[in-house]
Amino acid sequence: MAEILILAEHDGGAVKKVTTELLTVARELGEPSVVWAGPGGEEAAGRLGEFGAAKVYIADSPDFADYVVAPKAELLAALAREKAPGAVLVAASQEGREVAGRLAVKTGWGVLTDVTGLSADLIAEQPIFGGAITVSSRACSGVPIIAIRPNAIAAEPAPGPAVLEKVEFAVPDAAKGARVTERVRKERGSRPELTEAAIVVSGGRGVGSGENFNLIEGLADALHAAVGASRAAVDAGWYPHQFQVGQTGKTVSPQLYIAVGISGAIQHRAGMQTSKAIMVINNDPEAPIFELADYGVVGDLFNVVPQLTTEINKRAQEG
Amino acid sequence: MNITVCVKQVPDTGLDRELRAGDSTVDREAVEAVINELDEFAIEEGLQLAQKHGGEVTILSMGPDQAAESIRKALAMGGDKGVHVSDPALHGSDALVTSAVLAAALARTGFDLVILGSESTDARTGILAAMLAERLGVPQLTFADGVEIDGQSVRVRRLADYGYDMVEADLPAVVSVVEKTNEPRYPSFKGIMAAKKKPIEVLTLADLELTADQAGLGASATEVTEFRKRPPRQVGTIVEDEGKGGIEAAGFLTTQKFI
Ligand SMILES: Cc1cc2nc3c(=O)[nH]c(=O)nc-3n(C[C@H](O)[C@H](O)[C@H](O)COP(=O)(O)OP(=O)(O)OC[C@H]3O[C@@H](n4cnc5c(N)ncnc54)[C@H](O)[C@@H]3O)c2cc1C
Ligand SMILES: Cc1cc2nc3c(=O)[nH]c(=O)nc-3n(C[C@H](O)[C@H](O)[C@H](O)COP(=O)(O)OP(=O)(O)OC[C@H]3O[C@@H](n4cnc5c(N)ncnc54)[C@H](O)[C@@H]3O)c2cc1C
Repeated sequence: MAEILILAEHDGGAVKKVTTELLTVARELGEPSVVWAGPGGEEAAGRLGEFGAAKVYIADSPDFADYVVAPKAELLAALAREKAPGAVLVAASQEGREVAGRLAVKTGWGVLTDVTGLSADLIAEQPIFGGAITVSSRACSGVPIIAIRPNAIAAEPAPGPAVLEKVEFAVPDAAKGARVTERVRKERGSRPELTEAAIVVSGGRGVGSGENFNLIEGLADALHAAVGASRAAVDAGWYPHQFQVGQTGKTVSPQLYIAVGISGAIQHRAGMQTSKAIMVINNDPEAPIFELADYGVVGDLFNVVPQLTTEINKRAQEG
Repeated sequence: MNITVCVKQVPDTGLDRELRAGDSTVDREAVEAVINELDEFAIEEGLQLAQKHGGEVTILSMGPDQAAESIRKALAMGGDKGVHVSDPALHGSDALVTSAVLAAALARTGFDLVILGSESTDARTGILAAMLAERLGVPQLTFADGVEIDGQSVRVRRLADYGYDMVEADLPAVVSVVEKTNEPRYPSFKGIMAAKKKPIEVLTLADLELTADQAGLGASATEVTEFRKRPPRQVGTIVEDEGKGGIEAAGFLTTQKFI
């Protein structure tokens, strides 16, 4: 069976959910080997094994965190040349995609981004134009480099040996051009990451102020959900840009998306219409967002949202 | 300082965009073509840096004849000159090919700083800046919210899911900027008139010492095998809030097992 290389996404050693999703996909294609750049690989092996990792290649160097993207691309390229894998899988995150792009240039292999499904014969599914069209595509030159959208494929456990293999790898100076001089982490509290969350609650212009976003956060926390925002809300300065959902923001496809005070402009829909279930709270029955709703409440969000939040907390306690 | 801003012409995001039945490429006739909105932030960043540190802003675009309109708009905003890579053989180029062509054009014209949008609104791969940095062998400072030049070095705030990184590098370098990093200016009447006289150099593949078999659909390392429209969503339950809307909504969430 062909070896499939997976670039692990981790947060300072903690395995990100998308990595387990990549493993789930890779098992259908061949023997999954995880490439782990940075610290924490040995500790993570157990978790990676739960999702079927056959091998874990560990290259631990501060260079992977201290320089932007290029060192990881060098490592992945070195391993990919040596192992001649059947495919290389990365997360379609900002960094994952950029690593994939550099790897493609180094090797001349084709790269597909934002893939939401992959068949055993490596035909990829890509939703395009905000999910309005789905294309089937393939990388037809060299080893396919596939960037898979987080949350698109459900991770399923299956045991694997996760044999550790230390990789001697010195990051070449040429990859040390862009130096990270400071890393600033914003507290997200216990909320899940927007693109990985099972539930997303987003607020729009109807929310009315930054302060009122407390309502959105309250509902989100009751459901252990991430918070999103429309561009109108972000432009007004009510919520930070990294939470914008849509054409020029994040694309999310959670199990449940709740749109509160959002009209449903085509550019907003582009970021959320592939969600499994959609709930809408809006006081205008003509708002186009209702066309996407599995369940919609026509009403004032300032009445509906607090009542809904209280009821969820009540039911959760009773449950 | 020699700044080049890469600009892509894309179909307007406000309308239903289509692929062409024959070769599965973007139907550029179906919907009006505009400047990739995120590239307006790249243009503005270039203009501000040139204003502050001196130098020229070149607008580089690869695309069919009509992409000249987008270059002209960028010049109306204040760019000094344009470079338009246009060749029928480029039709259907994937990211790998596009990056090779743009890198060849950049190598030919020379640069201290290349600025891109963080992604296009049509293909949205978001990888071109990284690919260009790799091809040109210069540092990549991508997803920047704010760009500062200090002598021979460049410093950006690179946005990430966890917050941001401060990133520094020596020039020459490739930068991509995110939405809202600045307020893109509107072309003034004077700017529009002036742009009519600004030079746009048109380059073919041959000018870049590339051949037709190195470009376009045929040379691309990826291919679309088929496409289909997403089926419309089923009509859901819409209820009017008569005082118990929140409680009823919780009922829906319970039956769907979200609570
Ligand atoms: C190139 C481009 C890219 C774009 N990218 C994005 C993007 O990434 N993401 C994005 O979201 N937009 C994007 N947009 C903007 C988009 O076109 C819309 O302008 C935006 O989505 C509108 O946000 P909204 O729905 O919050 O505001 P509005 O359209 O103003 O809608 C507000 C809604 O709130 C409802 N409302 C008001 N008060 C209440 C109340 N008390 N209770 C209940 N409901 C209430 C109203 O009925 C209305 O439906 C983009 C536009 C362009 C041109
Ligand atoms: C729906 C769709 C999906 C696609 N998926 C893939 C894929 O998975 N893999 C693949 O290899 N190709 C793909 N392509 C092809 C891709 O559109 C082209 O390769 C394109 O030229 C570059 O990709 P991008 O627009 O996504 O660039 P991005 O990396 O998203 O664009 C970033 C910036 O690069 C600059 N830029 C991009 N194109 C040009 C240009 N022509 N001239 C000047 N500057 C430019 C702009 O500054 C832009 O803001 C896809 C095309 C479409 C329409």
